[in-house]
Amino acid sequence: MTSSRNTSLSRSVDRVTGGILGLIAIVSGGLVLVILWHLISGAWPAIEAGRLGLFFTDGKWQPGSERDPQFGVVPMLAGSVLVTLLAVALALPVGLASAVFHRFYAPPALERWHRRMMELLIGVPAVVFGFWGLMVVVPAIVRFAPDSPGQSLLAGGIVLALMILPLIALTSQAALQAVPAAQLQAAAGLGLGRASTILSIALPAARGGITGGVLLGLARAIGETMAVVLVCGNIPQIPQSLLDPIRPITSTIALEMGYATASHKALLFCAALVLVLFCALMVGWLSFRKSASDSGTGGA
Amino acid sequence: MLTPVLLLAALCLGSCGKGEKSESIIVTGSSTIAPLVADAAKQYEASHPGVRIEVQSGGSSRGISDATSGVAELGMVSRSLKDEEKTDLTAHTLAMDGVCVVIHRDNPVKQLDKQQLIDLYTKKITNWKDVGGNDATVVVANKAEGRSTLEVFLHYLDLDNADVKADVVVGENLHVIHSVVSNPNTIGYVSIGTASAEEKAGTPIKLVVTGKVVPTMEAVKDGSFPITRPLNVVTDAETSPAARAFLDYLMSTEINDIIEKHFFVPIR
Repeated sequence: MTSSRNTSLSRSVDRVTGGILGLIAIVSGGLVLVILWHLISGAWPAIEAGRLGLFFTDGKWQPGSERDPQFGVVPMLAGSVLVTLLAVALALPVGLASAVFHRFYAPPALERWHRRMMELLIGVPAVVFGFWGLMVVVPAIVRFAPDSPGQSLLAGGIVLALMILPLIALTSQAALQAVPAAQLQAAAGLGLGRASTILSIALPAARGGITGGVLLGLARAIGETMAVVLVCGNIPQIPQSLLDPIRPITSTIALEMGYATASHKALLFCAALVLVLFCALMVGWLSFRKSASDSGTGGA
Repeated sequence: MLTPVLLLAALCLGSCGKGEKSESIIVTGSSTIAPLVADAAKQYEASHPGVRIEVQSGGSSRGISDATSGVAELGMVSRSLKDEEKTDLTAHTLAMDGVCVVIHRDNPVKQLDKQQLIDLYTKKITNWKDVGGNDATVVVANKAEGRSTLEVFLHYLDLDNADVKADVVVGENLHVIHSVVSNPNTIGYVSIGTASAEEKAGTPIKLVVTGKVVPTMEAVKDGSFPITRPLNVVTDAETSPAARAFLDYLMSTEINDIIEKHFFVPIR
């Protein structure tokens, strides 16, 4: 009797909790759709006017020119993608190295200090990174290449790398921490040295977590605005070298949205839409790769 | 677009309902004028209890559109009104501002005439030695679309923005100054107010003599400096009495000290 009442009570508690959690999940998921809807309705005037084609065929972005207005989004998409890839390429080796150091080599006191520094780095506002980049990284680039503007793809890549480094380092650390001790002990039991244990046991086992960190880093870097607008030079062009200025899509929106009038504004919404779709494709592809490789390791 | 307007309206109603005499005035527009009006508003609020003035920046274009649509009572516009804008709006000039060319303090160039500026900004001249400077590549900093400094500067040079071949595009005045500081080969332009304030504060920049006139406040005031612009507050046909009173205050000599504090030039 008592037990059956308990069961029915816990069942109804379950139902209520499940309902509330479900509602919260739906609302938070639905917010993305609301934002997407807002973007699409903002971009609609340009889509309706058939200007989306120009978006990909125009070579330049000069919406304010009276003589020769052009609305090419390709150079800016290239800027966004290149600066993001550069940032990940710079941050991944350093982040992995620091995670390995943290997990396998660092004495406990140093380990705790190092972790605190990484967490602090996450909390530094983007505008501080940007200003630091403009005042330190850009002059360093100019010293090294006196004929270049300094504000460039390279400067953007370095600043973004520093911003996503803690994300990659901390998630990689967590992933390495989660590798079962038994596996590492087994490796030691087989007579493997520390280096080969790390390379052939720990890192492959932590691959899923590390990919997750890279994914977070990619998403943060491609969406970053305040820092890149200060150091990238903001010239909408496909860069020929690391020292050329670029203009990511986010910078364009930040620089022009407050000043844009009707049709120009709709095109900026289009640009934002392109960025969101690109991001979705990228995340989708990487998670597909991740799940494929996860099931691959599971099978092996 | 409708939602923020409704929210704003709801906020207004809320604040109006609280105290009988409480009135709020929204002023939006040019980021050049906003700090000046914000300071004047603080002083005005102190002497007029019950009045709340909210100042938001976002560029002259926003000042125009907000004043036209009624989102803001007063719009701040740092240029002369275009003909099509004059049908709906009236401009009230608070003060004058000059746009001046800035380079690094270590750059030996002292003056540039109009043709040299055109050649520099269209990359016909790419080395500082061709205008009397060191043998170094010129880095051209331009403003982003929509900035009134850009419009004033290009209007003076008689250039379309598509003709300008920039190496760096920036948004804010201070970003231009920081770009010049971080790369001494940079040439840029900002409002004289910002440039003099930064120069006085010890930032390593130099204001370039243009058209044989030294960029100073006096030269802007007497009209001899060639690159100037009016700082306007615009109103449409329906201005509330509270906003009208604040406008009268802005147009009086009472705010001359605030204008000078912001390195603009009073005209009354």
